[in-house]
Amino acid sequence: MTFTKLYDTAAAAVADVHNGATVLIGGVSRTGEPTALLAALHSHGAAGLTIVCDFSGWDGSDSIVKLAADGRIARIISPNPYPSASGDNLREVWNSAGVAIESVPQGTLAERLRAAGAGIGGVFVPVGLGTRFADGRETRTINGVECILESPLRADFALVRAASADTLGNLAYQGAQRGWNAVMATAARITITQADTVGEPGAIGPELVITPGIYVNRVVHIPPTGEQG
Amino acid sequence: MTADKERLDRAIIAMRVAKELPPGASVNLGIGIPTLVSMFVADESIVFYHSESGVLNCGPLAEEGSEDIDLINAGGQFLQSVPGMAYFSSVDAFAMIRGGHVDVTVLGAHQVSATGDLANWMLPERGVGNIGGAMDLAAGAEKVIVAMEHNDRSGNSKIVEQCDYPLTGQGCVSLVVTDVAVMQPTAQGIVLLEVAPGWTPEDVQAVTDAQLIIPDTVAEYEV
Repeated sequence: MTFTKLYDTAAAAVADVHNGATVLIGGVSRTGEPTALLAALHSHGAAGLTIVCDFSGWDGSDSIVKLAADGRIARIISPNPYPSASGDNLREVWNSAGVAIESVPQGTLAERLRAAGAGIGGVFVPVGLGTRFADGRETRTINGVECILESPLRADFALVRAASADTLGNLAYQGAQRGWNAVMATAARITITQADTVGEPGAIGPELVITPGIYVNRVVHIPPTGEQG
Repeated sequence: MTADKERLDRAIIAMRVAKELPPGASVNLGIGIPTLVSMFVADESIVFYHSESGVLNCGPLAEEGSEDIDLINAGGQFLQSVPGMAYFSSVDAFAMIRGGHVDVTVLGAHQVSATGDLANWMLPERGVGNIGGAMDLAAGAEKVIVAMEHNDRSGNSKIVEQCDYPLTGQGCVSLVVTDVAVMQPTAQGIVLLEVAPGWTPEDVQAVTDAQLIIPDTVAEYEV
């Protein structure tokens, strides 16, 4: 019996996502989006989800919108919850589905996820002072710079996308796929990867592994379907 | 009233901003007029573009038909691949910004105050907005340049004594380039540096909410 993190289907990989789970979704726009895992999450039916994702440059890819429209999402945490191309449409979707929106500066989101993945109790971030993002927040002046205390953002599941994986969960990315996927992979109790190619251990040279397998629990092989821009 | 005087177009604003990018600078360009700036940098190879999407030294926008789904900027636009690029995670993208490694950012704005407060992420009448990476850039970039139209579509001045729109950052803007003037916010107020051809300092003041500090000599806007 060989050890493997490979799951046969996306459905099997997301089968234990529970109602009320916090789920990180990697990718920006169509770059690095875990499309098959999102579709499987929709079919699975879990509801009351808190979704953490970046909608920058959102261009109509509708997996998350569909989840919201079907009443599965309770809350979205995002730097760009109203992408300019479709801002007003999405606003209607979020409103009619009763989705609570929590805005967070992009870099602060990245550090909150990193802190969660690294087991750090919080980070002092010099961003947002004098704005509504600082209202009611704990601050401290460190070496003359005023900072806001930000808490780690730890999730139950992360759905990420990689260009290549091995059966031990080591991952490598193509281009800007790495952006949110690499940090989100570290910040969840269960990290599930949709990979374009999956090989045996050694398929990715150890110097070229971007996300070491220790962060990854499950791998699903989904050959890309020619979804070029 | 000076509303009839000819204003510079967006490309000219971008050209003027391009002059502010020192050789070798690491530069982050926001969406809108700022994106145009890269078209007017004299020798493109000497400025290094940083994108929040996790790309450094990224090239110009991709031509239609040769888009790569894995190579985008922060606005989701496709980029050309050029030698010397580097990819990194969002953690690193913002470490570079907050850590002071990005020399200049060029951003659009809804309002800039006389002392350099920036409001560029939410229009109150809309009630919602996208903060994106603007707050990180406002706080972290060594120099924040705003490139925008001087007045909004209803004619309201976007240069104000105090921003009444939700803030992105306080006292962070060091230069404002508009379709009628170049100005420098300071703790004492906003200084008029240059005016568009055909405009006098008084013309600029007439379309500006904030009280301008007008030095003895004000140059003509040159690109």
